Amino acid sequence: MEVELLEIRQHMGGFPPFDALSDDLLDEIAGEVEVAYFRAGSEILTLDQEVHDLAYIRSGAVEVHRRNGDLYNRLGEGDIFGQFSLLGNHRVRFPAQALEDTLIYFLPDALFQRLCAEDEHFADFVELERPRLESAVEHHKKQNDMMITRVRKLLSRYPVMVEASATVQEAARQVSDSGASAVLVLDAPGDNPRYTFRDSEERAWQVRGILTDSDFRRLVAEGRAPDTQVGEIVGDRLVAIQSDESVHEAMLTMLRNNIHHLPVMLRRHPVGIVHLSDIIRHETHSSLYLVSNIFNQSSAEGLAKLAPDVRAAFVRMVEDGADSRMIGSALSTIGRSFTRRLLELAEEALGPPPVPYCFMAMGSMARNEQSLVTDQDNALVLDDAFDPKAHDAYFLEMAKIVSDGLHTCGYTYCTGDIMATNPRWRQPLSVWKGYFRDWIRDPTPERLLHSSIFFDLDAVYGENVFVEQLQDLVAEQAPKSPLFLAAMARNALNRTPPLGFFRTFVMEKDGKQNNSINLKRRGTAPLTDLIRVHALACGSRAQNSFARLDDIDRTQLLAQGVSDKLRYALEFLSMARIHHQMIDLQHERTPDNNIEPENVSDTERHTLKDAFQVLSNAQKFLKFRYPIPAGGARRSRGPH
Amino acid sequence: MRLPGRGRQQAPGWPDYLADRAARVQHPLLKDYFAAGCPDPATPIGDVPMAALDIETTGLDPRRHAIVSVGVVPFSLARIPLRERRYWVLKPARVLTEQSVTLHRITHTEVESAPDLVEILPELLALLQGRVTVVHYRHIERPFLDSGIQARLGEGMRFPMIDTMSLEARRHRQSLWSRFRRWMGRPPVSIRLHNSRERYGLPAYQGHHALVDALATAELLQAQVASHYSPDTPVSELWS
Repeated sequence: MEVELLEIRQHMGGFPPFDALSDDLLDEIAGEVEVAYFRAGSEILTLDQEVHDLAYIRSGAVEVHRRNGDLYNRLGEGDIFGQFSLLGNHRVRFPAQALEDTLIYFLPDALFQRLCAEDEHFADFVELERPRLESAVEHHKKQNDMMITRVRKLLSRYPVMVEASATVQEAARQVSDSGASAVLVLDAPGDNPRYTFRDSEERAWQVRGILTDSDFRRLVAEGRAPDTQVGEIVGDRLVAIQSDESVHEAMLTMLRNNIHHLPVMLRRHPVGIVHLSDIIRHETHSSLYLVSNIFNQSSAEGLAKLAPDVRAAFVRMVEDGADSRMIGSALSTIGRSFTRRLLELAEEALGPPPVPYCFMAMGSMARNEQSLVTDQDNALVLDDAFDPKAHDAYFLEMAKIVSDGLHTCGYTYCTGDIMATNPRWRQPLSVWKGYFRDWIRDPTPERLLHSSIFFDLDAVYGENVFVEQLQDLVAEQAPKSPLFLAAMARNALNRTPPLGFFRTFVMEKDGKQNNSINLKRRGTAPLTDLIRVHALACGSRAQNSFARLDDIDRTQLLAQGVSDKLRYALEFLSMARIHHQMIDLQHERTPDNNIEPENVSDTERHTLKDAFQVLSNAQKFLKFRYPIPAGGARRSRGPH
Repeated sequence: MRLPGRGRQQAPGWPDYLADRAARVQHPLLKDYFAAGCPDPATPIGDVPMAALDIETTGLDPRRHAIVSVGVVPFSLARIPLRERRYWVLKPARVLTEQSVTLHRITHTEVESAPDLVEILPELLALLQGRVTVVHYRHIERPFLDSGIQARLGEGMRFPMIDTMSLEARRHRQSLWSRFRRWMGRPPVSIRLHNSRERYGLPAYQGHHALVDALATAELLQAQVASHYSPDTPVSELWS
């Protein structure tokens, strides 16, 4: 290495995405740098200006704005900007201004494009196709080989491919000869660069679509001539999956799109086709988490002694590389088991219940998204034969046993008093139905402020059908009440994400800086809030946020790709929260929902920023999608 | 004709001086260089092609000491493209002292196989030709090149230079404020390359490498113009 470039090379090598580049590439980059100085306050990139370089901040600080002038980001030493313009039409989309005296290293476009092509990590970092947020989640998934099988492992053969000009008969013959059940149709490169690749002879192709056995059957049934060109009959909406995706994801993709064959791509190259039967063969059904110990306890004290085991189970899952959905559902299962066992113990102590009941969970437990830091939100739905004078003493006592027991097990009392010990939340089914009807028919943001938690509800123990009736009622009524959705949407906007990080601070949208951030309040909670609103709007009965997104996907509520972004954002924010709780546990601190910027790695802060951005955009859309209906405020129904 | 370069008042004479030299010098290398001339003194600095130059030497006296290495980075006010950088280690005609070895991080073996100044001159002059040379403290680069070339080609050469140190001196040594500071008994502000850069928020580079220092000088000029001048400032206000 030439000593003169060490300065540049070492500096860039300390920051993502350059930190993961090979030494040779770094040397080359350092040699291609163009340097420029910008005084504080001067324009570095002006809107719509042509750009031909990626900008790297060697020293100083830069503010990036949106087209409308809003602050988009504040960047410091080692950050990059301009990549979106290079990936797009080479016009500045986000103007940039020097906040301090700033020295920029510019990397020429040609080199940037080459880095994108040659280095997967670099491409993941900068490419729009694979945003950082998504790739961070993917990266995490890739690490846990024990729990996740990659879809490429299911591939046994290279895909059969024909040109669009081939006849149906030729295509069918190729499929038969190779013993395959589907063929990919290739065409000249066209409108979709994601599926455009070069073959070994450097010819460029675009994968246009797939023809399967059933397509051939349909052609015969329709009486199409055997010399029809495949290009005429192949659909042009190709659904494919990347080879490093999980088998689970491949299965979801098939279900979501109602297809049985799924082309597998390595970046832009087709590398195989998986069939539903391949997946079924590999899908494992394993329940990793034993809760039997909980059911063996004969007292609340015994249960309380298991609290450290919950933490140990949590640590083990995180170390094994489980994703947030696995952890959330395992912790919820554990929480439910505690609750059930306490109810069983209560029945043993108090005798059989005088009327049937269902113990209902709200909030994160109902969503199967429980974390290590959680309070209890529960209620009792009683049979309509319930007579307060005769029966309430029994259920109050039962509620107390459960609530106190959960408290000693680490599920603290609900500060909002949403517990079965509260007489309001210990009511017969008909009263509960009334509550829900009232909330939905006569909503105001204020009234719903403390009730939105009831719209995550699930049965824990007893007559599950009571809670199912409530779920039905909500799924049935909510989509019909624009005013209710508007009020819920309004409340979902109460908590907003920060803009990102700047040095050791959390940066707010107004430029203010804080020392720490509550990742639940500013991230996961508002995200689940807004997913809930969409789920209510489309009549989903799902409670889990990911399951709700699957339901939302079956409607036209969100633009294509948006729900995936929300999934990635939720997964990443949840995992960040989980990882910081792990850090707390490792330092023998009480885990909480706060993260401090100094504990956040460079890559993580970039990704967190992306996740906050997804949330922020989704909130803007929510406001626009569920407006308060004109004159719709039906709140004045006259004196009661 | 008088030799320019002794003060700003002579600066407007550079084009004439170069034309005069072009007519007189014998050696084709120097003739080419001078014939290419320099930008019109009224040319805005933003339009002037420049080349940052730094040489490391075995000492401070051009009569007793020699050039060890040369770094050049062609640049403009807008960009410093590192791709065009050049760096040479030279075999000094005079002995390399231990002190300068450690100072410049150049080893004896590196020097053994190195070329003489005369061998790199065609490339060096081609790089500087048509550009205004930018240095930090011209009283090293100018006399060392002059006497080094004189010794080899029998004719010396001087050419316009923008000296980032003297631009700093104008602000920190010759201003009313600096005289006031001196009168107050405060130590003078350092105008060495590293300290000057710090004042503009430029990062600390490891000094005493001819190419790193040339790059550092180019960045410093960009910062000085951005802070105290403008891209429209005529080049004659800056060169000496």
